[in-house]
Amino acid sequence: MKVKYFAWVRERVGKAEETIEPPATVRTVEELIAWLSGRSEAYAYAFEKPKVIRTAIDHTHVKSDTAIAGAREIAFFPPMTGG
Amino acid sequence: MICPVAIRIQTDDFDIAREIAVLTRSRTDIGAVVSFSGICRADEDSANVSALTLEHYPGMAEGEIKRHADEAVSRWPLNGVTVIHRVGRFVPGQNIVLVLTASQHRKAAFEAAEFLMDYLKTSAPFWKKEESATGSGWVEAHARDDEAAARWTKS
Repeated sequence: MKVKYFAWVRERVGKAEETIEPPATVRTVEELIAWLSGRSEAYAYAFEKPKVIRTAIDHTHVKSDTAIAGAREIAFFPPMTGG
Repeated sequence: MICPVAIRIQTDDFDIAREIAVLTRSRTDIGAVVSFSGICRADEDSANVSALTLEHYPGMAEGEIKRHADEAVSRWPLNGVTVIHRVGRFVPGQNIVLVLTASQHRKAAFEAAEFLMDYLKTSAPFWKKEESATGSGWVEAHARDDEAAARWTKS
């Protein structure tokens, strides 16, 4: 699946997007964040406060307990500050 | 009721008078147009901002604005909605966002414009990074914006 990062999550991870293949044991957004956090210090820093991170699956806001099965694109970003 | 909804995300500036003219062109059923413009300001939480950079999530940003514009159209008797959000780098005084709502009477237009702005701030994927004399940093979301959006939730 494709993963996108925005704003300071992007800066901390060090890339805007990538393709990942998490193991089948990673079922929810929350579990995906935990799995990503274990990849490197950069990811751990980006996701150090998982409750602050907002997630969208295929352009729709989702909660942390949402299943990721079937997702084409998952995006992680801080609370929004537009307008 | 004919209610065109126009949503644009662009780097270019917008002309409010022109956008209102486009919205009301050849229409005799519109009695009220409310216009909200969001402008880059120098003073953000007492820090002196020299510039703002707006980042967005292409695709989702348009989709979220469209979703809330459609909800506004279903909740109020509107005759037209235009939302323009700029992205890129802005200095104080420059336009960032425009919301236009048209209706037969002012109440629906005022309320729908406020509803759209409240949701634009809390659920449309845009982020502001500000520059000041002390460096640059991402703007933090305000609880007051969440509270403003929450009051539109139907109980």
